[in-house]
Amino acid sequence: MTHGSGGRAMAQLIDELFATSFDNEWLRQGNDGALLPTAPGRLVMATDAHVVSPLFFPGGDIGCLAVHGTINDVAMLGATPLYLAASFILEEGFPLADLARIVASMASAARDAGVPVVTGDTKVVERGHGDGVFITTTGVGSVADGVRVSGDRARPGDAILVSGTLGDHGVAIMSLRENLGFATVVESDTAALHGLVAALLAVEPDLHVLRDPTRGGLATTLNEIARQSGVGMLIEEARLPLREAVSAACELLGLDPLYVANEGKLICICAAASADAVLAAMRAHPLGRDAARIGTVIDDAQHFVQMETAFGGRRIVDWLNGEQLPRIC
Amino acid sequence: MSERAVGKASALRLRVRGQVQGVGFRPYVFRLAGELGLAGWVRNDGEGVDIAIDGAGPAIARFIERLPAEAPPLARIAAVEVLAQADEGGYRDFRIVASGGGALRTEVAPDAGICADCLEELFASGNRRYRYAFINCTQCGPRYSILRGLPYDRPQTSMAAFAQCPECLGEYTAPANRRFHAEPNACAHCGPQLALHDSDGRLLAGVDVVADALARLLRGEIVAIKGAGGFHLACDARNAAAVARLRLRKQREEKPFAVMFAGTASLAGFAAADAAAHRLLESPERPVVLLRKSADCDAALPGVAPGLAWLGAMLPSTPLHYLLFHEAAGRPAGSDWLATAQPLVLLMTSANPGGEPLVTGNDEALTRLRGIADVFVLHDRDIVARCDDSVLRLIAESPSPVPSAIPLPAPVPTPVPAEMSVLASAQVPSPAPGAAPSSATAGDPPFQFIRRARGYTPQAIALAGGGTAVLACGAYLKNSLCLLRGEQAFMSPHIGDLDNAASCVALDAAAMHLLDLLRIEPAVVAHDLHPDFYSSRFAAGFAAQRGLPCCAVQHHHAHIAAVMAEHRLSGEVLGLALDGVGLGSEGDEAGGQWGGELLRVSARNFARLGHLRPLPLPGGDRAAREPWRMAAAALHALGRGDEIAGRFDRPAAALLGQLLDDGRHAPLSSSCGRLFDAAAGLAGVSSVASFEGQAAMLYEGLAEAHGAVPVLADGYRIGSDGVLDLLPLLAQLADEPRPGFAAALFHVTLAAALADWIEFAAAQSGLRRVALGGGCCLNRFLLSRLRAQLEQRGFAVFEAQQVPPNDGGLSLGQAWVARHRLLAGEI
Ligand SMILES: [Fe+3]
Ligand SMILES: [Mg+2]
Ligand SMILES: [Zn+2]
Ligand SMILES: [Zn+2]
Repeated sequence: MTHGSGGRAMAQLIDELFATSFDNEWLRQGNDGALLPTAPGRLVMATDAHVVSPLFFPGGDIGCLAVHGTINDVAMLGATPLYLAASFILEEGFPLADLARIVASMASAARDAGVPVVTGDTKVVERGHGDGVFITTTGVGSVADGVRVSGDRARPGDAILVSGTLGDHGVAIMSLRENLGFATVVESDTAALHGLVAALLAVEPDLHVLRDPTRGGLATTLNEIARQSGVGMLIEEARLPLREAVSAACELLGLDPLYVANEGKLICICAAASADAVLAAMRAHPLGRDAARIGTVIDDAQHFVQMETAFGGRRIVDWLNGEQLPRIC
Repeated sequence: MSERAVGKASALRLRVRGQVQGVGFRPYVFRLAGELGLAGWVRNDGEGVDIAIDGAGPAIARFIERLPAEAPPLARIAAVEVLAQADEGGYRDFRIVASGGGALRTEVAPDAGICADCLEELFASGNRRYRYAFINCTQCGPRYSILRGLPYDRPQTSMAAFAQCPECLGEYTAPANRRFHAEPNACAHCGPQLALHDSDGRLLAGVDVVADALARLLRGEIVAIKGAGGFHLACDARNAAAVARLRLRKQREEKPFAVMFAGTASLAGFAAADAAAHRLLESPERPVVLLRKSADCDAALPGVAPGLAWLGAMLPSTPLHYLLFHEAAGRPAGSDWLATAQPLVLLMTSANPGGEPLVTGNDEALTRLRGIADVFVLHDRDIVARCDDSVLRLIAESPSPVPSAIPLPAPVPTPVPAEMSVLASAQVPSPAPGAAPSSATAGDPPFQFIRRARGYTPQAIALAGGGTAVLACGAYLKNSLCLLRGEQAFMSPHIGDLDNAASCVALDAAAMHLLDLLRIEPAVVAHDLHPDFYSSRFAAGFAAQRGLPCCAVQHHHAHIAAVMAEHRLSGEVLGLALDGVGLGSEGDEAGGQWGGELLRVSARNFARLGHLRPLPLPGGDRAAREPWRMAAAALHALGRGDEIAGRFDRPAAALLGQLLDDGRHAPLSSSCGRLFDAAAGLAGVSSVASFEGQAAMLYEGLAEAHGAVPVLADGYRIGSDGVLDLLPLLAQLADEPRPGFAAALFHVTLAAALADWIEFAAAQSGLRRVALGGGCCLNRFLLSRLRAQLEQRGFAVFEAQQVPPNDGGLSLGQAWVARHRLLAGEI
């Protein structure tokens, strides 16, 4: 792909690629924006920029990740995602075949999720000014009346559920990037979670908190919620769903799987009384088969997230400023 | 002060500062004045003890001379000042009068082990406190641990709940009595009582608590015992099954336990202890003292401290502990039996399940120790302030003890009103707090803290100069706080590792308690550079709340600064930090994981003159817990990465070479602790550590057992960039089949390398004073050699003594740096 003289032709090529891949009635309108019907309930809007290296990994690629990530951000407010917008920043020289693969993956993810990409944009930057491709997606959805999912609604006594195994995405990325030949290939869990959310809301419309533990993993997400809600959390190590291969990889790399990214998991916090029903609904859904109740929201002025370890001790699951820095002196 | 001034005065006012309240100082003054035929009065006030003394000039002169010289053992006099304005005099007798007011600036006395007089009474069947577990007097008993606030008066202690019976009150109010204003004074009629509870927490009524508890100990049961600063878990240390059971229940695989002996006469056959060690063990502070094990110690005390060169030993500190040994000895009369060997040895370990803070409350014990203890020995005197056992070691090999002529701390710098201006300050020699236990004689070799708590908290460390008040928050492991007030530094008791919420909450509580008790309003809050330590976060929050500036101090700067602070060093020194991992300053291209640093250090700043050649930490902190990984990192650095998979029988071994090739999860570190791990790992010692520092401790034990060997010629290189490279030594160790020889070779070669390295830096910097700090300085096999070589070359060598050289003493250095930066206007 080149800038300059051939740029015009290339831009046209890309436009055609997008038009055919994402094809839907709003794109076909040919405007710079999409003219959409109003939806019932309150509107939700979320946007997410996607930067991932490598672009293709076991279980997915940046394309489907960009669709799932934004759909999930919309869904975590208890909303039904309706439309997506996508913008691409391409580095000059990026192979067209790779782009086609990414766009195809995005299109099929959007189609599977039932959420069309209704508008988009592309820019090409000079070689060395990007990392192949960056994709920003924006989603719009609507929340039914009566649903009040929010990060500040965790209450002491609430149950903490997680929809499946932890750390799969991060380990999939790392094993490829670090070129480590694990015996078992770990696949990214990237998935759109709005179907699962709908299933949970069907059994308990008053879910308190939903959030997808992406970058920073479960630990960071629980800390965010604890601060936002002004509560503490106590989780149990023995109840955390973990793939053996993920455990082994984390052990080798010296990483705590609680801090490793997920792209197809959600944390659900709900009243203890409805926890069993919500957990059952999770497990009945294909994306929640390994769901588990991992802990409880507690009263704590310091908003600590604590974990009861396998040895019976309790340790703080800290909020980290950045990477997991060595600290043993 | 001129002789004539004193000789002519008919009446004088004296001011005594320091740790002079709650230690029997007023009755002592009363007796001394009586003996010398002097009239006047004595009282406590906010600044210490206030005395008016009236009588013949020569008698007054003798009084002033004897006052500091014969002071009660628990008193620590900072200064005796004769006030300018003469007292009007005209007294007919000498009295102890009601406490005066004034700003509260006195010191709080630490808890003290039972004194000889009380011990005699405890075992005298005719005494009204015969076998009473809460006997105490002004010379002994709890202080800091029962105190809620100043002044130190009974209503401010947890003894407020107990009204004294007429007999006790008689003692308490009789100025000549040993129990005059002994605030925890009590007897069996009016004071606290023991109670025995079963494993479910039910009271076992109608039992002799001591007799029953002992019988259970002898049967192999695990007994939770409420001590001075918190609960212990105890069992019969000679009973392998009991020790193993305790290890299992406490989830503590191999970490060494401390043991309690009836007296120093009972140590024979277990550990070697000279007279200095005896004095330290018997001091009122009653610390755990690390002693060199005897050959058959591990067989006699199976599983207590397996494989290590050292045994942590202590003597009973409370009357209750003594009663258990007394019971085991068949309740002999008097205390002579303590001078003969007693067979009972009790394992005594802090009751801190899961690494959380020591349990102090009864209900807390019954819940948190449930499933660990078979039975609970409780009592109804509350522990207000938690205080773990202190752990010390004599630095017997050291040829240069603490300088005997320590400059004394000046009086607390309170502005002196004109009418009270100081005529003369008769600054009397007193042992520098912590520099020597109160009962140790002047010639004793210095000792070193491994953990500083009961018996020493909150004794002040005297600094060379004053300045603004500072709160320093420490780092992450073995944390403690430090408060500066004037020329005094107050260390909090050992708080613990900040990896659990309870320890973090305990840090908050300790900070508030000490700030309140010592009336300190800090002007700056110091902390480590690491952003993710709870202590750093606490510092930021505390400072923000009070509108104070924060001061982040680099970890190894703080380690060296702590040594400089306690030794009152000004100017610049060479600082050798031999440590685990601490975050380096920004701008360090190696990734910032420091730990084997040669620094040029002043109070405010440091420059990095050199560092150990970095090794990768494969898996970050995981490499600290798994020394085999450091051994693998060494092999990789030697270009022998292909040996890793075959050499280590660990699941991760197959891929560790790739991990090291990639480097992304193997940050480089100049840590000395990890260098030890690498060496120990190459010898197959502790391939996975079950407690922090285990590999290095076992490796030291191997070297100790093997004895010294010649230094490996060409085992190290010192680059012109100041990097000390020990890879040649590691290469030798990688092929050395004899672990003991390898350990000895590593230690002696490292000592020689470090000495040469310092010589190299001295040649560049012109500095001839060396301060040694960091956790590896607890390795005596290394340090005694390094120290000897440096002194031979004419260096003045300074080590941490009054605070631990590891992170337990870090806050002192942080506080000292922060104060100097503030004074220099840098904050
Ligand atoms: Fe350190
Ligand atoms: Mg997101
Ligand atoms: Zn006494
Ligand atoms: Zn009484």
